[in-house]
Amino acid sequence: MKLLLPRPEIARQPLAANKQKPSCISCYRSTMLYFVWSIVFFLTIPCYAQPLSSEELIINAKQHDNQSVNYRGEVIGDIMVRGNYAWINVNDSQNAIGIWTPVQLIKDIQYTGGYSSAGDWVVITGIFHRACRQHGGDMDIHAATIVIDTKGSRLEEKPSSFKIKVAISLLIICLTATIIYFITLSYRKRR
Amino acid sequence: MILKPHLEDVQIIGYYLGKITIGIGLFMLVPVICACALGEINPLLDFLIGIGISFLVGFLLTAICFTDRDLNWMQGMIVVSLCWLLAMLLGAIPLFLSGHYRSFLDACFETMSGFATTGLTLVQDLDHLSYAHNLWRHLIMFIGGQGIVIVALSLFVKGFSGAFKMYVGEARDERVLPNVIHTSRFIWLVSVVYLALGTLALGITGIINGMKPFNAFFHGACIFMAAFDTGGFSPQSQNVLYYHSFPFEIITIIIMFLGAINFKLHYHLWTGNFKELAKNIEMRMLFFTVTITFLLVAIGLYKLHTYPQALMLFRKGFYQLISGHTGTGFQTIYALQFNEWGDLALVGIICAMALGGAVCSTTGAIKMLRIGIIFRALKEDVKRIMLPEKAVLFEKFHHIKEIFLEDKQVRSALLVTLCYLLLYFIGALVGMLCGYPFLFSLFESTSAAANVGLSCGITSVTMPAVLKTTYILQMWVGRLEFMSIFTLLGFIVAAIKGK
Repeated sequence: MKLLLPRPEIARQPLAANKQKPSCISCYRSTMLYFVWSIVFFLTIPCYAQPLSSEELIINAKQHDNQSVNYRGEVIGDIMVRGNYAWINVNDSQNAIGIWTPVQLIKDIQYTGGYSSAGDWVVITGIFHRACRQHGGDMDIHAATIVIDTKGSRLEEKPSSFKIKVAISLLIICLTATIIYFITLSYRKRR
Repeated sequence: MILKPHLEDVQIIGYYLGKITIGIGLFMLVPVICACALGEINPLLDFLIGIGISFLVGFLLTAICFTDRDLNWMQGMIVVSLCWLLAMLLGAIPLFLSGHYRSFLDACFETMSGFATTGLTLVQDLDHLSYAHNLWRHLIMFIGGQGIVIVALSLFVKGFSGAFKMYVGEARDERVLPNVIHTSRFIWLVSVVYLALGTLALGITGIINGMKPFNAFFHGACIFMAAFDTGGFSPQSQNVLYYHSFPFEIITIIIMFLGAINFKLHYHLWTGNFKELAKNIEMRMLFFTVTITFLLVAIGLYKLHTYPQALMLFRKGFYQLISGHTGTGFQTIYALQFNEWGDLALVGIICAMALGGAVCSTTGAIKMLRIGIIFRALKEDVKRIMLPEKAVLFEKFHHIKEIFLEDKQVRSALLVTLCYLLLYFIGALVGMLCGYPFLFSLFESTSAAANVGLSCGITSVTMPAVLKTTYILQMWVGRLEFMSIFTLLGFIVAAIKGK
């Protein structure tokens, strides 16, 4: 399964061991030994799951249903507290997915994404539900851990000087046009 | 012999187009106030530029084409069809300047989708869009839902006989009150009263759901405008799924339903005539078609075990169905999740989208009255075969009053139905030419032409420009219900070939 792929540095360890060059039968045996050892190693070590994209979760929802997944993205909009739990929506730049989380896991989240702020980027580990029984069939993740990956910030708005020039020019032209329009209109009506 | 249009025709069309353009510019003042109040400087500049260009075009048109003549039928229809295109171009300016659209075509797509109350969207990074731009996206749905011309009529025009021609051109051939201006003002009254009540209900639900009070009421107002005008935009990228709330979904279902019923029926309900609700042919047809299409969706989803519980099936299946049937386009699932719905459920949703709501409402598509008339005509024909030849037969239906079924009504209903079916299939054909599968192409095409807004994933910034243009045209033609578009085409042909 894709979510249980080991980190690259861990995967490289058996390859590094292959650099020894014993001969003939011992070579075959040792290769087999390393092969068996590496299988055992992969099956027993705690794996670090790579974050899955929202698109991967949505397209292959049945495959990931009720599985533990890692998901990384920006917290956007409101943190909606419902008793001891809360809903947060986390956007990985493709889609936003709803995260159902105990309140204590999100107490460190300071910024949520919106027009005036970039939200905190978080890594969530939790159980993915294609159609959550608890939440009326919503596709969601029930969080077990939430780690803040990158802190968000307030976004400073810099007015575009080009837009200012265009807006002022247009307003002056419009004001002149309005005055000319009403003068012409009253002249036509009098005539 | 085709007669070439006179310069006078162009002058009158230009003059009224100018007036409506100024009206569109005035409406941009609403997001300007919002941007000022919230200190959003760049959005403020975007809208000032939009207003400037709208006023400039409007003043130029009214000054160059000045006339005191009234519109005739042809001119009225052409004004309507052109003003929707002009509104699209002008309304797209502030959206394009926001930097959230890949191209001006995408911004035009968004604006036409808004004005036509479709709800298909090409916005990028919606979750970081400013409040002012978001308000504009929803406001254009409110304006388009009432009818751009009706807005201009009720607010900027004291009354003239050409009003009815433009009113009809916007696919509103029923007068709630004897006078068109009074009718359009009544439509506004209904909408504004429901806006206040709907925003309050959604805002309070939002606060209970844990949203910040300001956001709750802002979202409440936006969602109301999108639901009542059967639009389908939402301030967040997840659409209604963002709220994770069953009560919120129930309230939006009620608002969508209110938006899908005839304004004439609203008038009767307001005056206490609740019996009309049970007797009206449109309401009966709506109940019948919702039941049939929901059965299709439910069987389809049940067979594939897409939603293992009944409540889930209702919250997902029924919500998407009502959203499609009323022409709203709110989604509580991701677009790509329609992949796991199966063909039968998709066909159910496509049928619901293709049928639509009531006439003289904010919905698009074929509409219930036409379906009802076709059924009655079929019933009459079957009866005619079974009864003796000399038997005198007449069929009646109840729509506000008892109406005798005439051939003229049947012909008109069948023609419009045929045009819609053609429009759905042309879009599907273009979708297939662009490489999408048939059922999904038909789904998206029906959604665009019926002004629904449900998406199975085809509508995205990466779709071909030809498909974007096709959907824009489908939304425009579908919203205006063909007649004014055919008149415009006839006018162009006459200008080229006429003598």
